[in-house]
Amino acid sequence: MVDQAALENDQPLLVATSLSKSFGRIAACRDVSFSLYPGEVLAIVGESGSGKSTLLQLLSGQLAASGGHVSYRMRDGVARDLATLGEAERRFLFRTDWGFVHQDPAQGLRMAVSAGANVGERLMAVGWNHYGRIRDTASDWLTRVEIDVARIDDAPRTYSGGMRQRLQIARNLVTEPRLVFMDEPTGGLDVSVQARLLDLLRSLVAELHLAVIIVTHDLAVARLLSHRVMVMKGGRVIETGLTDQVLDDPREPYTQLLVSSILPP
Amino acid sequence: MNAPAYNFAYLDEQTKRMIRRAILKAIAIPGYQVPFASREMPMPYGWGTGGVQVTAAILGPTDVLKVIDQGSDDTTNAISIRKFFAKTAGVATTTATDDATVIQTRHRIPETALNESQVLVYQVPIPEPLRFLEPRETETRRMHALAEYGLMHVKLYEDIARFGHIATAYAYPVKVNARYVMDPSPTPKFDNPKMDNCPAPQLFGAGREKRIYAIPPYTKVVSLDFEDHPFEPYRFNAPCALCGAEDSYLDEIVTDDKGSRMFVCSDTDYCEGRQAAGHHGSLSAAPYKEKAHG
Repeated sequence: MVDQAALENDQPLLVATSLSKSFGRIAACRDVSFSLYPGEVLAIVGESGSGKSTLLQLLSGQLAASGGHVSYRMRDGVARDLATLGEAERRFLFRTDWGFVHQDPAQGLRMAVSAGANVGERLMAVGWNHYGRIRDTASDWLTRVEIDVARIDDAPRTYSGGMRQRLQIARNLVTEPRLVFMDEPTGGLDVSVQARLLDLLRSLVAELHLAVIIVTHDLAVARLLSHRVMVMKGGRVIETGLTDQVLDDPREPYTQLLVSSILPP
Repeated sequence: MNAPAYNFAYLDEQTKRMIRRAILKAIAIPGYQVPFASREMPMPYGWGTGGVQVTAAILGPTDVLKVIDQGSDDTTNAISIRKFFAKTAGVATTTATDDATVIQTRHRIPETALNESQVLVYQVPIPEPLRFLEPRETETRRMHALAEYGLMHVKLYEDIARFGHIATAYAYPVKVNARYVMDPSPTPKFDNPKMDNCPAPQLFGAGREKRIYAIPPYTKVVSLDFEDHPFEPYRFNAPCALCGAEDSYLDEIVTDDKGSRMFVCSDTDYCEGRQAAGHHGSLSAAPYKEKAHG
């Protein structure tokens, strides 16, 4: 008998093929190709303006590519080209099978409505219609991201930066997505809060068998979370490989510069 | 000199045709907000410029017009709109729901059941039910197009989380014909069940926002709710102090500065009709006393 789960894990979840994007004469992203497997964490590192965020937007279908394509294996096992998905399908994907964690929680949260409603919104969007069950699921998720359940009815406006970021993660994970995009999730947080957040992310990723594409300029984040690293410069991927390999033994001069610019602990 | 000659019902024929086209489209897609080229009317926005344009477009010489404002036939807004059409269209006006063929309303649906020969025209301040949840109009239009209405439940969730029950008392969102979520204009939620399967067509006009939408006759209109917190119409738990009605929507009227209050029917025509038929409430003027003094 064939193990269905093992078979699933053998096929890539997301495949990017020679993705490019140019804004007028500026090429933000050139010829990027890679595959992402279920449960794999891929970090995209590079300095500001290297095309990381543009790449993330291309991969998540928020921006149309100038060249190349992205295919995603849907829950039914069929790989589909994102460009051929209708808007309704794409938005549905975004609400169910994907998550997107923004650097600024205000972009990913509804700041004026309570934490419970923030977490419950995705459930209501897929047709949950029982207040008690929505609330139970929301409080369950708040516990999992280490937010005091007593604050379920407070708006994220009243939360600290770290709590907002954790709330944003709960809001994204409540529909049990298979793929989460993260854009500098630890940006703007102080070091101890960052460490807790990374710890939480790491355990959630392992527990839920999430595939993650994380954009960061912080190599420590990449080292702690990711299995593989892609280094970008000027819109190109200049080096890619296992995290330890790239960070401990960088081949490209630019990667060497990047690694050496971290202060030794 | 003669008085200025208005075209029938104030608006010119081309404008009326444009509005009628919008109304037809609105009826064809129940609950969908149809944009239209709203005109300046000789009254300020917020006084029913949308409703007045819809009324002007559908009014014929033999129609009988009734205008109500918060259920009342005698407030400034109701009287001035009634006079406006009496002057510019020369139509007969009435305060009796049964006699009217076109009823323009602000914030209420008459207590008397409507019939197929009548049209109900609503004045709408804010047609977009998602307005205060999602500020971008481009986004709300897309949400309507894709029938993404999870956000509407977020509002109801917030109500329950804060107050323990769905506290939205007016402009309570409804789903029309199992497709579009619609703001029924600021009518109390008491009136929501009257919209469902109503024999009279219901037309909604928003002048400032330049939108017309409609519920055709006998259309399913469902108030949104949760399984464990079902929709409940709200009514003060008291009989009308003037006519004793136990089934009508009540206004609370403060009668002094010591906390006294009375509850009376908000629908004045309904209340007067009942009083004329001999019903009376706790604060009705006793007719025999007046005779004794008379």
